[in-house]
Amino acid sequence: MRTITIGTAILGAVCGMLGSFAVLRKQSLLGDAISHAALPGIAVAFLITGAKDSNTLLFGALISGLLGAFWIRAIITKTHLKSDTALGLILSLFFGVGMLLLTFIQKQPNANQAGLDKYLFGQAATLLERDVWFMAIVTSVCVLVLLLFWKEFKLLLFDADYTKTLGFNIKFLDALITSFIVVAIILGLQTVGVVLMSAMLLAPAAAARQWTNSLAVMVGLAATFGAFSGVIGTGISASYSNLSTGPVIVLVASVFVLISFVFSPSRGLLFKEIRFRKNRNDLKLHKTLSFMYDIAKTHDEISHPHTVKILNNFQGFTKKSLHKLEEDDLIVLKGGNWSLTEEGFFKAKNLYNQHIKTDD
Amino acid sequence: MEKEIAVAIDDLTVAYNYKPVLWDIDLTIPKGVLMAIVGPNGAGKSTLIKAILGIIKPIAGSVTVFGKSYKKQRHLVAYVPQKGSVDWDFPTTALDVVLMGTYGALGWIKRPGKNEKKAALEALEQVGMLPFKSRQISQLSGGQQQRIFLARALVQNAEIYFMDEPFQGVDATTEKAIINILKLLRKTGKTVIVVHHDLQTVPEYFDWVTFLNVKKIATGPVKDIFNNENLTKTYGINYQVSIQE
Repeated sequence: MRTITIGTAILGAVCGMLGSFAVLRKQSLLGDAISHAALPGIAVAFLITGAKDSNTLLFGALISGLLGAFWIRAIITKTHLKSDTALGLILSLFFGVGMLLLTFIQKQPNANQAGLDKYLFGQAATLLERDVWFMAIVTSVCVLVLLLFWKEFKLLLFDADYTKTLGFNIKFLDALITSFIVVAIILGLQTVGVVLMSAMLLAPAAAARQWTNSLAVMVGLAATFGAFSGVIGTGISASYSNLSTGPVIVLVASVFVLISFVFSPSRGLLFKEIRFRKNRNDLKLHKTLSFMYDIAKTHDEISHPHTVKILNNFQGFTKKSLHKLEEDDLIVLKGGNWSLTEEGFFKAKNLYNQHIKTDD
Repeated sequence: MEKEIAVAIDDLTVAYNYKPVLWDIDLTIPKGVLMAIVGPNGAGKSTLIKAILGIIKPIAGSVTVFGKSYKKQRHLVAYVPQKGSVDWDFPTTALDVVLMGTYGALGWIKRPGKNEKKAALEALEQVGMLPFKSRQISQLSGGQQQRIFLARALVQNAEIYFMDEPFQGVDATTEKAIINILKLLRKTGKTVIVVHHDLQTVPEYFDWVTFLNVKKIATGPVKDIFNNENLTKTYGINYQVSIQE
């Protein structure tokens, strides 16, 4: 249990980190294509070696995942197909071949099936301590390389053409990122499986993007979200028997996304709506106030009372907006009359000046 | 006296899918000019710049910068891409984008330090964007984004500047500010090459011009060759523009 929790936490962290790069490079679907492309590799590795040992099978997955990834690159650069087409093509082609091989293997007499279908949806329970060690080592290498080439990666993600003109080899950088994404996916196959793997890459990154405007913070947050998804997901699935871990982890990650979309202060839907309403209300009050100012300034005395009805003819107002203005000490209401306070007069005057200033 | 040549382009040809976009371009750009590249949509103006800078691979031709191949002279060349070519929702600040201009000189792995930051702040100051240095780039207006791109090129401290439509979608104030900076660059002996759309402003802004429509139509000083004959050759029959003497 401890092994599994640590394993899924590491997996979540490395996926979140690399997922940020995939999202910003506009290659969100690359992960999906690569993970599906890994399936035939697993099947072929089993057919050739007959081994059930996960390292051999994952090595097969790595080969075919890389093959798929670089085919996609080749299709995009050599033909004029758009990247979504290339991704879709490779994804279904490789996955189709993989499924075909899986059904073929299932009919073999010798193969009591090595539980190959566990790679479809993952089975965290099969994680061994050495798997986790391996994950930890790969993740550390990843972090090191990211830190080393941080500047170059940032530049590439923002402006690839410009990166080229500065003399950086963008093919190398691109290959580096893609290889890391492939490796992260391969690491996750055993736990989360081919089908849901891309969610592990994208969900933490998408959630993290909502909270920050700094690349470094985004990558860090995505790693944190990913790790927590792993830990919480494993915890939940362990406390109910028969809940498979992979899907639960993915669901937890999706909850992070949902919360981020709604509650992020600067980009979230909730605060956007609140800001929108507040602006609209403010504007309404300002409109009424500046109209009152127009009337009041024709009199010697600011606080000369006017009938509320006069507003009606020109200016939409509600009882509520008048009361709000009174609450803010900008006007005084008495009977059917209103008058501006000194504060209200100056506020309106300044509004008015600003208005003129922006006009010309 | 013969002027020193900043950029020499020889037989440059670019094609997408057999369709030539640039055909056999020979072009020499003297040092210290402020040059406009003009031509209709699809004439290959942006492609010409990208091919010169090696962003697009030409099928034939060579480019030399101050007599040596461009690859050896990258550090002398700065590039301002079209504003629309990047995603401005990228999580970074204005200062950070300008700092990217120092990455080329730094080379692999080394991080920008105090000097680079100082240079970036100066460039921001020069384009009037210093108050916005910490602003997330998506919260800048189109004109401000263009200035940030200009600052990023300035910080490269290059000899030759290539700019792809720097006046696209910016207001009159920003356009004036940008052209003043470009004129200042020319004054200090830099060479500036600009893909330009607005023919009316060519005589006012530039001293050198290249007419391009897949082939090179003409190149030379604005006062000598910016005339209706070349405009008609480039843009088609009966193209007229009022040229102020």
